Amino acid sequence: MEMFVYIALFAPLVGSLTAGLFGAQKKTLFTGIFASGMLFASFMASLLLLIQVLQGNTYHVEMMTWIATGDLYVPFGFVVNQVTVTMMMVVTLVSTVVHVYSIGYMDHDKAFNRFFAYLSAFVFSMMVLVMSDNLLGLFIGWEGVGVCSWLLIGFWYHKESATWAANEAFIMNRIADLAMLVGIFTLYWNMGTISYEGIFAGVANADHDMLVVAAGFLFVGAMGKSAQFPLHTWLADAMEGPTPVSALIHAATMVTAGVYLVVRMNPMYDLVPEVGIIIASLGAFVAMFAASMALVNRDMKRIIAYSTLSQLGYMFVAAGLGAYWVALFHLMAHAFFKALLFLGAGNVMHAMSDELDPFKMGGLKKAMPGTFWMMTLASIALAGLFPFAGFFSKDLILEVAFVEHHYILYTVLLLTAGLTAFYSFRLAFLIFLGEERYKLFGFHPHEAYKYMLVAMSPLLILAIIAGFLFKGTYYEMVIAMLPAGEYHVHNHLVYWIMTIGTQLFVIAAIVYAYKKYQDAKIDKKVEEGFFYQLLFNQYYIPKIYDEVFSKPYAELSKMMWKLDNTVVDATVDGIANVFYGTAKKTHTMQDGNLSSMLKWMVVGLVALLVSAAVFIGIVTNTDAIMKLLGH
Amino acid sequence: MEITLTHYLVLSTVLFSIGLIGVMRRKNLLMLFFATEILLNSVNVALVAISHYYGDFTGQMFAFFIIAIAASEVAVGLGLLVLWFKRYNTIDLDNMTQMKG
Repeated sequence: MEMFVYIALFAPLVGSLTAGLFGAQKKTLFTGIFASGMLFASFMASLLLLIQVLQGNTYHVEMMTWIATGDLYVPFGFVVNQVTVTMMMVVTLVSTVVHVYSIGYMDHDKAFNRFFAYLSAFVFSMMVLVMSDNLLGLFIGWEGVGVCSWLLIGFWYHKESATWAANEAFIMNRIADLAMLVGIFTLYWNMGTISYEGIFAGVANADHDMLVVAAGFLFVGAMGKSAQFPLHTWLADAMEGPTPVSALIHAATMVTAGVYLVVRMNPMYDLVPEVGIIIASLGAFVAMFAASMALVNRDMKRIIAYSTLSQLGYMFVAAGLGAYWVALFHLMAHAFFKALLFLGAGNVMHAMSDELDPFKMGGLKKAMPGTFWMMTLASIALAGLFPFAGFFSKDLILEVAFVEHHYILYTVLLLTAGLTAFYSFRLAFLIFLGEERYKLFGFHPHEAYKYMLVAMSPLLILAIIAGFLFKGTYYEMVIAMLPAGEYHVHNHLVYWIMTIGTQLFVIAAIVYAYKKYQDAKIDKKVEEGFFYQLLFNQYYIPKIYDEVFSKPYAELSKMMWKLDNTVVDATVDGIANVFYGTAKKTHTMQDGNLSSMLKWMVVGLVALLVSAAVFIGIVTNTDAIMKLLGH
Repeated sequence: MEITLTHYLVLSTVLFSIGLIGVMRRKNLLMLFFATEILLNSVNVALVAISHYYGDFTGQMFAFFIIAIAASEVAVGLGLLVLWFKRYNTIDLDNMTQMKG
């Protein structure tokens, strides 16, 4: 079975390198199909491994030694266990779907081959991140997905905004990665190992304060990747990338790496509940904060991005409260319906010639019925209506907060659930229902290719059934590694009131969204209001960052540039000028006349002889000279 | 008067100086060859004399090497000189400035 571990891991790399060979050439359909095939192979291998894991077998392979120096031993080791296999399934499944979808989506793009090279490279990095048996391997994957994310956000590099967004994402992640490295170093310094096994074996006896520091720093790293406040601004801007990228990287997989890290390190986070409560509080705050920004935004992809941010907040609440399996379950369910939502948005963008403002759409239901149903069902799953996936994962997080007696968190999450339903259906209604406003702007929408819709269908099915079909099996499987806990409200009356109440609240939010936005009327008074402006400008946070960090930094850079010009460059130029000047004055020596050259040779000979004579004189008469100098 | 090592070395020095001045002053390529020949042979004289003085044959062997190499050098040099003369009809050094930097 070890072979399947390697297939799952390296098939995407093979696909990436093959596509990369043709990267500079114009579109060849083969690369897309080959890369998708490799991804499918990876998916099948993961599936076989999942079956093995379900039977109770786990795998740990050491491919080779990576670093062995002194006490430090880091192998290229990969683990397939209950937690990693869940992630592997999510990653490979969503990537396969997105790869096939991209063949259609990137159909007219000149850099078709390059796109697949990057996309498969991303999947490989993500698999390294997920499967590594030590923190350093995870970090390599972590950086790998960061680089691929940068490449893919800036994929249309001729667009100024795309390159800007790519750099923003990369730099913000870099800041967080520093904290993550510090966390890894702290663990190594105090425990002498960075393998998960070693760390988990040692945490029970480890110094509590050290664990708090390590857990805190690792969480800051997770905050960067998962775009938690205050490092959240990059995620919305990352929507500059092609939509399949948004679906795969900025919704389903990469941004959940932070949650995965906390889940993977659960024995450590279990021992530091004070860090956990911070994680949970921040998560709840981000859930609400992001959802509020999604309420008023007028950019389809950004709305979904804020929704992702909000759902990541939910996951962190669960992880922070110790309900790791719930967090991982929501991660999985969220990957399915959010990727579906993004791919649906991609179809709409295609149909509308890359228009993003839902207020310019409306009535698209007639033109694209397939996409309409998929996006609506995905929105229902996101809103958490029974019996869709979101109901089983998201509402469970509410229950976790309630059972753990964090009633403030519970209230925040409950309100956010309402907001979630409102903004997702605001978007759906604006796009698909009401008058066909797009006619005013001269668009001619058309449904996406058939095979794109077929490719999306596994996600649709999973978004519907993942909750009630897999929850039991999943729970049985992961409690081998994660702390068990049913998180069930025991009082039946309270349970039913909560469940039905939440459902009614969500439905009310949807109905309200329908009332408000079915005809896409824009209320001028509300729009000019303070709150609307505040939310619309993302709480002015990008502006504040610009003023507080970017501009002073630019000033500092300018100063340094001047310093560089006047000191460093001047010195280097000075040295060069000395040589240049000397050469200019003496180059007449080389007049090409043999006679004069011979004369110079003689001069050189005489000079050497004289200096040799002087040297010998000094060496043989050292004592006399010393005496003359008074020693 | 007995001829000592000093006499040979003085002769060698005088010959070397003549050769050196020739190398510096002569403008004719053929004359330049003569001057280099004088230079080489002045060294030969010194080598042989010192070798004899110390009763060590290494110096004389060296002198033979120099004679042999000087012969081949002159052979090549004269060949090139003839070629040059045929092409440019002059062997004046001041005309050979192709190597000007």
